[in-house]
Amino acid sequence: MSAVIPTLAPSTPGKPKSPLSRLIEMGTHQRLLAFASLIVLLIGFSLVSPNFMQTSNMIAILQATSVNGVLAIAATLVIITGGIDLSVGTLMTFTAVMAGVVLTYAGMPLPLGVAAAIATGALCGLCSGTFVAKMKIPPFIATLGMMLILKGLSLVISGTRPIYFNDTPGFDLISRGSLIGEIIPALPIPNGVLILFLVAAAASYILGRTVLGRYAFALGSNEEAVRLSGVNTDGWKMAIYALAGGICGIGGLLIASRLNSAQPALGLGYELEAIAAVVIGGTSLSGGRGTILGTLIGALIMAVLTNGLRVLSVAQEWQTVVTGAIIILAVYADMMRRKKA
Amino acid sequence: MLTRRTLLGVIGAITLSVTAPVAMAQEEIYIPLISKGFQHQFWQAVKSGADQAAAEFGVRVTFEGPDSETMVDRQIDMLAATLANKPDAVGFAALDSQAAIPLLRKAAEAGIPVVAFDSGVESDIPVTTATTDNVAAAALAADKMAEFIGGKGKVAVVAHDQTSRTGIDRRDGFLNRMAEAYPDIEVVSVQYGQGDQLQSTEVAKAILTANPGLAGMFGTNEGSAIGIVNAVREMSATDLVIIGYDSGKAQTNAIREGVMAGAITQNPVGIGYETVKAALSAYRGEALPEVIDTGFYYYDASNIDEAKIAAVLYD
Repeated sequence: MSAVIPTLAPSTPGKPKSPLSRLIEMGTHQRLLAFASLIVLLIGFSLVSPNFMQTSNMIAILQATSVNGVLAIAATLVIITGGIDLSVGTLMTFTAVMAGVVLTYAGMPLPLGVAAAIATGALCGLCSGTFVAKMKIPPFIATLGMMLILKGLSLVISGTRPIYFNDTPGFDLISRGSLIGEIIPALPIPNGVLILFLVAAAASYILGRTVLGRYAFALGSNEEAVRLSGVNTDGWKMAIYALAGGICGIGGLLIASRLNSAQPALGLGYELEAIAAVVIGGTSLSGGRGTILGTLIGALIMAVLTNGLRVLSVAQEWQTVVTGAIIILAVYADMMRRKKA
Repeated sequence: MLTRRTLLGVIGAITLSVTAPVAMAQEEIYIPLISKGFQHQFWQAVKSGADQAAAEFGVRVTFEGPDSETMVDRQIDMLAATLANKPDAVGFAALDSQAAIPLLRKAAEAGIPVVAFDSGVESDIPVTTATTDNVAAAALAADKMAEFIGGKGKVAVVAHDQTSRTGIDRRDGFLNRMAEAYPDIEVVSVQYGQGDQLQSTEVAKAILTANPGLAGMFGTNEGSAIGIVNAVREMSATDLVIIGYDSGKAQTNAIREGVMAGAITQNPVGIGYETVKAALSAYRGEALPEVIDTGFYYYDASNIDEAKIAAVLYD
């Protein structure tokens, strides 16, 4: 182990830093730290188990990341504005059920089902955004309410039965198929993973390069100042929640396609895993700071950890303990860094 | 900055120390079981049966299941991680048959035999299924109920869910037996509490409120049965015959105290044991029957402490 660690902690302790290097560090350090943890985990698991580092297992990890990753990206957007979204898990389920209604119950073509899921997500996100921005309900409460409403509606609309997509050829390919595998047969990365990376790239672009992204950070840093400078803060906030909702719709499509069914009772608890990924990735729960890349790495860390502990046949009780400890360590590391910066 | 180094060290240390002992045991036969749940007492009893078989036959068994029976995708991730370990055979209790089929196919292609347990998988991939005959078990519950209420009156059912195989089989096993054999008994209500004690309590209270003069209630699993007991206690209802399913401390206590007339018990220990045994046979290429009936019993205050019953009850 001592052979591994020093190479991953290349910093020199105690030396005063120039303002420039400090600035660079602030932006990239958390991601480096998270990335380093990811590498440590990958190396550690590979050293202990010969079965861990196989193409099929790496693909299983990416596959396991896809849904949580997409939900975590949605949660990141909201958390950056200083809010929180507890409804991402059940919204995912609700959009999957709506895709089921359009495709299986109504028998409409595939693109309409995809559109229905994303539109449902955006609409529900807009509702949450309205509760938060216009009705001034604290985000925690507004999205908690939304979480329960959507859980209930999923059960009502589906009649508490799973809706299967057997009559929609190609639906399972959204997540299970592999475009990359058709080009490079040795690397059958499922489309679900590809979609995760596309969503991440798009969200990253929106956050970094658009007005919407700039206002998201500004709202999280100092909403009052933004409002006083004449910006329609309510409108922008609602737009962010709607965007996050639409992304949850993509998550709904991914999970429904992977299971070839919309499972109406699923979804509770997924919001906490998404938030954990966001936090491990260095996004501040108090808003104003965060990156999609960090979240992506956070989601990967969660998936690698879960998969690795399983491959090593660690007792399930202990898997949970270790995962919890890692979350606390990751956030503590982030706080220590901030104190020093 | 020392902190960061320490942290990375700790993360690595946890990973290695937790897992180091595992690396040594490579040679023995490895049979992982992926269950529908983990922390429920029922699944822990299945696990203990699997562990018994592991000790008896000298194989290595691991046991995993998702936190809730709705987490279909998490169960599939578990199966995927398990297959990476190249097991010699796998035990699998599917939450949703369809969702797991691509992975099961992969297992079959890799020559890993799959033994289904608890509920079947709608596919010909599993070499056998170790399960309780739930229809027959619920019919026995109906017979006992009829006996207690004298063959006539109104009864109701609190079921755990209407989608899973066990939920459907137990509900229909009870309803069909009542319809066939006891024309004077009317089943006035069948409601679902998702196997959750609190939800089942509310469901049972609603049924009691809506049906004064109800003679009996059947709860189709541990949570449903305890829900009925809670409802009867909270509403101080008397003269209601309760038949439960499975065991658990709360249910066995209710039977000892006389609040509950009796219950059907599956043999969860047997399910775990038979699954591992069948998986080992399959690994050795031996022939197996299509279904392995792991058995069920009716128990009440009179036989709850008999060795045969006590062995399959869990707390």
